[in-house]
Amino acid sequence: MNSDRIVGALALKRSRWGWGETAFWLVAAASILLFSDRYLILTEMAWLGLFALSLDLILGYAGIVSLGHAAFFGVGAYAAGLLAVHGIVREPALALVAAGLAAMALGFVTSFLVIRGAELSQLMVTLGIALLLRELANRFSDITGGFDGLQGIVIDPVLGLFAFDLYGRTGFIYCLVVLFVLFLVARMIVHSPFGLSLRAIRNNPLRAAAIGIPVNRRLVAIYAISAFYAGVAGALFTQTTALASLDVFSFERSADLLLVLVIGGAGYLYGGLVGAVIFRLLQDVFSSWTPQFWQFWIGLVLVLIVLVGRERMYRGILWLPRQLGARLGKAKPAPSPGGGGA
Amino acid sequence: MSVALETRGLEKQFGGLEVTRDLSLRIATGARHALIGPNGAGKTTVINLLTGVLRPDAGTILLEGAEITSLPVHARVLRGLSRTFQINQLYADLTPLETVGLAVSERLGHGGDWWRRLGARADVNREIAEVLTRFHLLDVMNDATATLPYGKQRLLEIALAIAARPRVLLLDEPAAGVPESERHDILAAVAGLPRDVTVLLIEHDMDLVFSFADRLSVLVNGALLVEGTPDEVARDPRVRAVYLGEGLDA
Repeated sequence: MNSDRIVGALALKRSRWGWGETAFWLVAAASILLFSDRYLILTEMAWLGLFALSLDLILGYAGIVSLGHAAFFGVGAYAAGLLAVHGIVREPALALVAAGLAAMALGFVTSFLVIRGAELSQLMVTLGIALLLRELANRFSDITGGFDGLQGIVIDPVLGLFAFDLYGRTGFIYCLVVLFVLFLVARMIVHSPFGLSLRAIRNNPLRAAAIGIPVNRRLVAIYAISAFYAGVAGALFTQTTALASLDVFSFERSADLLLVLVIGGAGYLYGGLVGAVIFRLLQDVFSSWTPQFWQFWIGLVLVLIVLVGRERMYRGILWLPRQLGARLGKAKPAPSPGGGGA
Repeated sequence: MSVALETRGLEKQFGGLEVTRDLSLRIATGARHALIGPNGAGKTTVINLLTGVLRPDAGTILLEGAEITSLPVHARVLRGLSRTFQINQLYADLTPLETVGLAVSERLGHGGDWWRRLGARADVNREIAEVLTRFHLLDVMNDATATLPYGKQRLLEIALAIAARPRVLLLDEPAAGVPESERHDILAAVAGLPRDVTVLLIEHDMDLVFSFADRLSVLVNGALLVEGTPDEVARDPRVRAVYLGEGLDA
């Protein structure tokens, strides 16, 4: 009997790369050449996407909500800044890992406060922790530079080879590579038994425990991993802008992050990335229209997404391309069996 | 006689309400034991106490002689105590393959693996296939659970409990809500459990109880009223009084 082979093949099939995914990353890589005058905004999209991916891991997969994810972003940002200013770890990629680990340590410790509560208490606890860190950073201004931020951040060349340039090319490629590597890891995680158990916990923690899943331990683990991702995103921010000030901890940053994930959609990994691209583009377009009222339009988009539903909206947007695709399909009747989207 | 599952002086109160009173049960290894009682007798509370969803106010629970009173739910499962739910507790958007895969991964100690995909381990796959085959779920293993007919979902519910390879299995009304035409598969699955697995059945359906169990405990108002063989219990006047008109001698 080879039904176990079929079982294995079917299980693995779920995690196979679709053409949509491949296309996404090809476009991302191509943007290095295509939009060489827009590196700054692309860089922001990359670290914001990573930050949103981090939130997706806890929100979309494990069902933990957070209004204070900037706490980890901020710790990563300050860690990267301090490591550079004091010359403790000069090489950016290494400093990035160290900053991520610092955020991860905080995530591990605070996870025990966060995971025990229901959604509302999760929101309050995460919000509280971020506010607390912001005030701590303010209080210890001799270390953090307080309101003025850290002064004199100079970032060495990546791996000692690639210096950060004025146009932000190195910065963007650096962010994109980090994003891609961490995305691959996240993808591996969500398709593993561990990742599957997170979805099970989100859906029904009672049943998850009855299957033998150690619910709390899994939630602590993913919260710490997510904090690592957020810390790396924060470190990328500091390394590419040479900035680290109190606003890395700000409530707006945490709230915007939720917005990004809602725009892109939670629970399929690409939501954060797509959301980051759309959010920054909208921000860019709206603020060039009406520099003072761009948030009004962002707000409107948010309300529309929630009320109309993302699915229906995307179906609307994709209506014309699909129609064209169907026409072309009819003209040339050799349709490849649906490759399955991302 | 070796004892698979035992409770000693179990007590549980909600507010001022005593829902479990001085409950001492001994369930022999390999037994087909049924726990019955009228509505509100506290059967569900007993299950929740045994599985660790609730902590007792007093008393101890022993699984194969070892105390498990303060172990969390998942640790009891890994020690060999698993359960089914009266109302299906399944994952609507996961497939039976994934659902069973979760249980098997946990049992074999690979549930925490984050660096390899589900399906990458031959031993896990083999056991998933085994369980799915045994419960006639192989043909629907890649469908979303929500789309399965109710009978199949019920089988999956039981398959999940079995995938943990329990030594003691708690069946909470396994045939509840299953249409007559699909009952056979469920009952066959229950009857086909290995003899060395101890089963505690919580059931309303007296036909099922009397065809299945070799020993009965009757719970009334949270306390043990009578325990004995089906014949003894059926003849007991106190039980008849409680079940008056419910046709216990079916």
